[in-house]
Amino acid sequence: MVDKITVGHIHMSGCTGCLVSLADNYGGLLTILDRYADLVYGLTLADVRHIPKMDVALVEGSVCINDKLSVEEIKQTREKAAVVVAVGGCACYGNITRFARGGQQNQPAHEAYLPVGDIIKVDVYIPGCAPTPQQIRNVCVMAYLLLKGTKEQKELATNYLKPLMMAAQRGTTACFCDLMTEVINQGLCMGCGSCASACPVRAITHEYGKPQGVRDLCIKCGACYNQCPRSWFSFDVVPAYEAINEAIMAALQ
Amino acid sequence: MGTELGNYKTCVSARSTNKKLLKHSQDGGIVTHLFAFALDEGIIDGAIVAVSKEFALKNPSKCMAFNPTLDDLEPWRPIPAIVSTKAELLAAAGTKYNICPNVSLIKEATRSFGLDKVGIVGTPCQMQAVRKLQLYPIGARDVGASIALAVGIFCMENFPYQSIVQLVEDHAAMKMEAVKKMEIGKGKFWVYGKRGQIVQLPLKVTHKYEQPGCHVCLDYVANLADISTGSVGSPDGWSTVFVRSKIGDSVWAKAVAAGAFEIQPIDKVKPGLELVSKLANEKITKNRATLEERKTFGVGKALRNPYI
Repeated sequence: MVDKITVGHIHMSGCTGCLVSLADNYGGLLTILDRYADLVYGLTLADVRHIPKMDVALVEGSVCINDKLSVEEIKQTREKAAVVVAVGGCACYGNITRFARGGQQNQPAHEAYLPVGDIIKVDVYIPGCAPTPQQIRNVCVMAYLLLKGTKEQKELATNYLKPLMMAAQRGTTACFCDLMTEVINQGLCMGCGSCASACPVRAITHEYGKPQGVRDLCIKCGACYNQCPRSWFSFDVVPAYEAINEAIMAALQ
Repeated sequence: MGTELGNYKTCVSARSTNKKLLKHSQDGGIVTHLFAFALDEGIIDGAIVAVSKEFALKNPSKCMAFNPTLDDLEPWRPIPAIVSTKAELLAAAGTKYNICPNVSLIKEATRSFGLDKVGIVGTPCQMQAVRKLQLYPIGARDVGASIALAVGIFCMENFPYQSIVQLVEDHAAMKMEAVKKMEIGKGKFWVYGKRGQIVQLPLKVTHKYEQPGCHVCLDYVANLADISTGSVGSPDGWSTVFVRSKIGDSVWAKAVAAGAFEIQPIDKVKPGLELVSKLANEKITKNRATLEERKTFGVGKALRNPYI
């Protein structure tokens, strides 16, 4: 199909879990690659050495600022891609790589890691450790609709992606503390439980209906903060959940 | 406004046809009977509901371990649990009037509890949380498609547990363990004792104990549920029911066809939809004003608005 968008997967310092998550869409991924997107760059997936021009770059992992090649590649990514998507906790917020202190073979001096947004401008965030296959899928479909869809589809995609773009503008930290400072301290928490269910390390419980985080367990992935309906909530999008879900499923048929 | 009741396909006044169930239920037994029916029919294979200490001690494996441990749960303090039989549903029936983080179990329901088709009951904000995690599944891998029935309950505001203690033990001068039922209706907060005594508090007294997070909520009748229900609008012992989504429509039609509910047209009952609309508008107007006030809360400093 001529009207596909071009997508690349850029691997910075991450565990490849995000890529596995993308692959975990199984048949859905094949449909995406069949109809909507050409994979033009990707470690082990596309036989391309240098980062080419592309519509959407999916960046996994944080940037090791002690590694010249990583820094160069992330800068190139910004130059070559129209839309840069930070995929996963490390790319968005640093995640587990925030706790790196170096000292690992075979390059012990690689000790300082930054979320992608601290080095280049990022357009869209997909937080979570690992980000879910469904969230990656939804963003892929919406990115396609945004670039190639009809007027209505473009509008839907714009509305859908807006909160994830705002998340990218908001900054490069999100952990349980952000739930405290921007939801609980702001008098917005109503004890729904979303944060506890989103937390991949079970760091959050509810005491008398309100979230308590074991901050030593928190890996700074940003899932709790972004899953919370009181961190951000779009009345343009969420109430149309039935139609949007159907549209996404239909796109993958 | 016209949008205060959300989108819905049908609205009726209804009550369960099961007399035994009605003895345990808050009003028309809609949530309990709907889940019981859905379990029977295989529409869901378990439901996330709010349970008490008695239930939790008898069925610890149905609850997630909370801290303090189940032994320390106070009377009328709910915790979320996953029920999969009618008897368990009955044990969980009735409104608790304080916060129960049901959504916290939604992922676990599909994991260690092994459910493929999850039912969940919750307040309007919890329905918003459920829909957000279906559209933006940031920390909810493979969960969204497993949510088979989301039942919402009307909600003006909720209370922290300690607020309920304050209202019952201080204002109503009753011990928490002596309470049989609590209810908000007819402009009053009602506390029914196990010995038959009834204490009523004007709602005005309760306002300062409300959960602050409720004051920015713009949804009264759980607009995003598959089916939402509450006492307001219907006669005593009946519930008003909004059938909203395709899933809701199909489940409700089957339940009615199976004779699970007695039904009256909503325009034939008193006080009817007009009261629901009135209260919904009151809540939305009041909370929109709160959101406005938050913009100029400090000196050149706003409080956050979560809505995009």
